[in-house]
Amino acid sequence: MRYWVAFQTLVIKEVLRFSRIWVQTVLPPAITTALYFIIFGTLIGEQIGEMDGYRYVDFIVPGLILMAVISNSYANVVSSFYQAKFQRNVEEMLVAPIPAWVMLLGYVVGGVARGVVVGILVTLVSMFFSDLTVHSYGITLGVFVLTSVLFSLAGFINAVYANSFDDISIIPTFVLTPLTYLGGVFYSIKLLPEFWQQVSLANPVLYMVNAFRYGLLGVSDIQVGVAIHIILGFIVVLFLFALVLLKRGVGIKS
Amino acid sequence: MLALKIRNLEKTYRNGPHALRGIDLDVEEGDFFALLGPNGAGKSTTIGIVCSLVNKTAGTVEVFGHDLDLAPQEAKACIGYVPQEFNFNPFEPVAEIVINQGGYYGLPRSEARDRAEHCLRQLELWDKREEQARSLSGGMKRRLMIARALVHRPRLLILDEPTAGVDIEIRLSMWEFLRRINADGTTVILTTHYLEEAEHLCRNIAIINHGRIAERARMHEMLRRLHRQDLILDIAEPVERLPRIEGYELQRLERCLIEAKVASGQDLNGLFVGLAEAGIRVLSMRNKQNRLEQLFLDMVNSRRGPQG
Repeated sequence: MRYWVAFQTLVIKEVLRFSRIWVQTVLPPAITTALYFIIFGTLIGEQIGEMDGYRYVDFIVPGLILMAVISNSYANVVSSFYQAKFQRNVEEMLVAPIPAWVMLLGYVVGGVARGVVVGILVTLVSMFFSDLTVHSYGITLGVFVLTSVLFSLAGFINAVYANSFDDISIIPTFVLTPLTYLGGVFYSIKLLPEFWQQVSLANPVLYMVNAFRYGLLGVSDIQVGVAIHIILGFIVVLFLFALVLLKRGVGIKS
Repeated sequence: MLALKIRNLEKTYRNGPHALRGIDLDVEEGDFFALLGPNGAGKSTTIGIVCSLVNKTAGTVEVFGHDLDLAPQEAKACIGYVPQEFNFNPFEPVAEIVINQGGYYGLPRSEARDRAEHCLRQLELWDKREEQARSLSGGMKRRLMIARALVHRPRLLILDEPTAGVDIEIRLSMWEFLRRINADGTTVILTTHYLEEAEHLCRNIAIINHGRIAERARMHEMLRRLHRQDLILDIAEPVERLPRIEGYELQRLERCLIEAKVASGQDLNGLFVGLAEAGIRVLSMRNKQNRLEQLFLDMVNSRRGPQG
């Protein structure tokens, strides 16, 4: 019961944190996505024609939603935990009787909450540009939440190792954004030469985008079962790694 | 029962010196205990380990019988911690900081709200509850950290330099507050640079130096060890020559100010009789420096040796 209350407190704190600054946290992805739809979907998309049997604007909807979920789940946890380290208010939790796994779950659920809020908002925006259909609610929601969990964990690990505000923007800029853009958000990898198709398979974001696209449109470049297993595998590995870091006090205890 | 039991505590920082070299320390339940030492002696490291903010290298820590390694959550639940530096989110409202801390200790939100109100009222911060913590004055921020540490009603309150940088009025009111919570049964451990503070508040004392406990005694026993007291006397009129009074060493500091060195255990009657016989009227008297401060400096200096 005590741990449940501590977990609830952490989640409420995290949700209040990003809600208070919604102009910085929730609004920008909605505007960015609307611009993507206008430029890539409506203006350029008309010239591209169909992709995998769908209008181009419909094809990019799943990728754009998931891209917003990925970047916001990550950003929420990395900035919140690094700020707590920087301001030393992480000590409020370290002195309290909260096991490491509860603390980690609290931050991850906070990241998922922002991912969900932003994801819903972007989905609503996409409905202005596309006739959104859902092929499988289970796969859509499952991949949506699992991806958010995975990138919340990644954000947490980034924050643990970060020693400056620069360190929390390096990974999103130089790793996350390229992986997302090259992860099949805007194209099907079938368009690529064989060699680059094989290279693309090493990109984990490709599996999430395609699994999510399968959930919404029913088309995918890869097998959905494989994708979900890969996502789950990453979650388990990152969760255990983050837990070890937290238990050892890496970056937060001397 | 022991509130805190530390055995053979060691800490070696990576690429750094031995901060602690085998500390043994017992603090009885209900005590008001001072942990003193010069800068870098190991006070904050010791407290950091007890509060789970610093990883120890070796040794054991028990809080009310709960081993910090074997039952960390039970041990932590007994502790309230007031750090030396402000460590709250400055953008959060005051009440929320205290309520959240209650939540981390397992208090349901409604109960945490009631407790937070109680603590904030006690520390005269209730009117500021809606304001962001960054807008508080230095003294208010210190009180906020005390309120936060008390919200779960800890059995052991640990304060690391709680009155650093606050004005004398707030310091006195904080002393009064700490005395009250100690009287209500909370064990208090205090580190401070204001030795006057330790002398006024604490019943027992330990001095850490070079990562070891240099002294551990009752406050009054410790003060008895002073070899002499240096007193400053304000006199009514200036005197050309100070009288010789056997057993006391007198020295003129200013026209109407003299210093008297009095050996430990010697009464002051002889001094006043001698001064009266010399026609010197004493208007007021005070200690040249705080007694504990004097003892502390003697102790630290004697261990450093003549080279300092």
